Amino acid sequence: MMTDCPLLDVRSVTKMYGRRIGCSSVSFDLWPGEVMGIVGESGSGKSTLLNCLAGHIEVDQGQVFFDTRSEGMKDTLLMSEPERRMLSRTDWAFVHQHARDGLRMSVSAGGNVGERLMAVGARHYGNIRNEAIDWLGRVEIHHSRIDDRPTAFSGGMQQRLQIARNLVTGPRLVFMDEPTGGLDVSVQARLLDLLRSLVREMGLSAIIVTHDLAVVRLLADRLMVMKDGYVVESGLTDQVLDDPQHAYTQLLVSSVLQV
Amino acid sequence: MNEYNFAYLDEQTKRMIRRAILKGLAIPGYQVPFASREMPMPYGWGTGGVQVSAATLTPKDTLKVIDQGADDTTNAISIRKFFQKTANVEVTEVTKDATVIQTRHRIPETDLSDEQILVYQVPIPEPLRFLEPSEPETRKMHALEEYGLMHVKLYEDISKHGAIATSYAYPVKVEGRYVMDPSPIPKFDNPKMEMSAIQLFGAGREQRIYALPPYTKVVSLDFEDYPFEASKAEHSCELCGSHDSYLDEVIVDDTGGRIFVCSDTDYCSSQQQIIKEAV
Amino acid sequence: MIKISNLSKHFILHNQNSAVIPVMDQAEFSVAEGECVALVGQSGAGKSTLMRMIYGNYLAQNGAIWVGETNVVGATAREIIDLRRKTLGYVSQFLRVVPRVPTRDVVAEPLLALGEEQTKARRKAEELLSLLNIPEHLWDLSPTTFSGGEQQRVNIARGFVYDYPALLLDEPTASLDVKNRSIVLGLVESAKARGAAIIGIFHDEAARDQVCDRVIDVTQYTPKAA
Repeated sequence: MMTDCPLLDVRSVTKMYGRRIGCSSVSFDLWPGEVMGIVGESGSGKSTLLNCLAGHIEVDQGQVFFDTRSEGMKDTLLMSEPERRMLSRTDWAFVHQHARDGLRMSVSAGGNVGERLMAVGARHYGNIRNEAIDWLGRVEIHHSRIDDRPTAFSGGMQQRLQIARNLVTGPRLVFMDEPTGGLDVSVQARLLDLLRSLVREMGLSAIIVTHDLAVVRLLADRLMVMKDGYVVESGLTDQVLDDPQHAYTQLLVSSVLQV
Repeated sequence: MNEYNFAYLDEQTKRMIRRAILKGLAIPGYQVPFASREMPMPYGWGTGGVQVSAATLTPKDTLKVIDQGADDTTNAISIRKFFQKTANVEVTEVTKDATVIQTRHRIPETDLSDEQILVYQVPIPEPLRFLEPSEPETRKMHALEEYGLMHVKLYEDISKHGAIATSYAYPVKVEGRYVMDPSPIPKFDNPKMEMSAIQLFGAGREQRIYALPPYTKVVSLDFEDYPFEASKAEHSCELCGSHDSYLDEVIVDDTGGRIFVCSDTDYCSSQQQIIKEAV
Repeated sequence: MIKISNLSKHFILHNQNSAVIPVMDQAEFSVAEGECVALVGQSGAGKSTLMRMIYGNYLAQNGAIWVGETNVVGATAREIIDLRRKTLGYVSQFLRVVPRVPTRDVVAEPLLALGEEQTKARRKAEELLSLLNIPEHLWDLSPTTFSGGEQQRVNIARGFVYDYPALLLDEPTASLDVKNRSIVLGLVESAKARGAAIIGIFHDEAARDQVCDRVIDVTQYTPKAA
């Protein structure tokens, strides 16, 4: 199980918004099959960091090495745009907090799931459709809804559709920005269960940004706590939550309402 | 006649448009931006095609203008008169006699030769537009050959209608590189785009020109299990009896009576002539 | 199998005037394969803290905790994840699971995480659940709604579904009836027999006497008030 090469190796990533810090000197590595949680309050830089890693915004300093299938470890920040875009629709996936940012709302559920397949060259309608049906099933959307548009779906269903759309090409790294935010608690639970089994079955690695400590406890193996653009503490998820070392983490953990 | 420069546009503008046309011919299917001028007609009436024609015409040319295949519709007549007045060129309704043919939404039935230029009027040049509203994004998609989205549109068609229901403006891939909107011609015309004549496309409002040099490879997008079909109405022309020309459905009375006739009026009348002579 | 030396820990409460609370001072002992050791000492002496430190749940300031080939003190998160997966099991008093996951899968999870085939893992989980008298009609339900005793047994099943070379048991027999208590003690006995090194906290003295070879009084490691 112990492979000797991380999937992602992040080195001192820094992003400034003018003189304001987006995120500063963030370094960590992520190994195959690991789920990393990033927590912190709004404005702590966690979403900035996620978008830097996923190549959505330009990074000022640092390196983000990814273990590519063909060439091994490669700095994604130095990749050409076509190369990076190819990566982001094959080996990478990005699950947005708001499903409508990650879905094509005017395209049917099947078309949404099929898009990445067609983007990498699938040209057989029947096969694409079967694959879409299979994936809708895996995210617990009944196949009879395949031709409905996401506008006709509930929030939880939209989020599950977004996940299916992202995972259909079998990515190895998934970025998730508050994937359970804005959902009812019962819907959240279903999504968490789904994410966890998908992560295990597909051997996915994931980076999950959230402010919900209960979510990271259940999903993440490791945890980074961010404040004002810096990582103030990181470690095993349960260790960071149960024996927080940094003042801010202690405050964060003690502020959670107990159920 | 002295009021207007030849073919209405000033020489600098025509030069600018010719440069765009040459660039378009050099990169088949690529949408070249150009500084579209205000024309004395509303957008949607062929301002792009008219500017391309104006930059293409020489005093020795013979012009034919068709709208949906017909020479006798308002749009065709206005544009024909416009160039008669501003360029004083010969005009014709006979396809094989024309050197420049400006068209809205059809390719003539008669095969074109390498002495001819076909100018299309284009309303929306961007084939990706309906699914991707952002222009920077669509340009990036063209640049990087990310055309998966085009098939999403066809997928949606099949899932909704059981077949690819797109029947006009059917997207094509040019020389294995750029995906192009052939303007709203019926998909029946798509196979004809691999032809001997030069094809130029002008979109006035969207300020884009693109082109196909003679004999360019033009492939209609499809799925392996839903191949492209150049379909037409399963009838023959009521007037000339042709089985293989594209037909318009015309309602002829108040009780729902209808007939099918050739959309290409020149082709239809020449077929009728042939029959008359044979009798 | 488990070797602890010179182990110390204190908590610093940054939000309460940086109060320093020492909780462990120079703990030192080891547990061999096939041995079961009970931690004793009054409440607050640091039994649970010590267990949590061995499991990597609490950080240590000083010393070493060797579990097999891994020194938990100073190990990377990834090494501890690997240790927990393959070597070190933990039966805590609390059941923390993703809501909605069926009991059978909760118990099978340690095997699935190791890449065991799903049907085999589930069969093994079912064996343990029936051994521990969890009625079959509950297997498809999430354990979050179970009674305390049932949750406790689900936790135990999860801890014994895979043959961990080292096991930490935090009050495994609390809130169990006589019948289930003896079943659990049987599981502990057989884990010992296959060579597992076990550290446990048992308030139930009879249980402790039955399965434990030695007793370690953690009060000796409790820091003296300054």
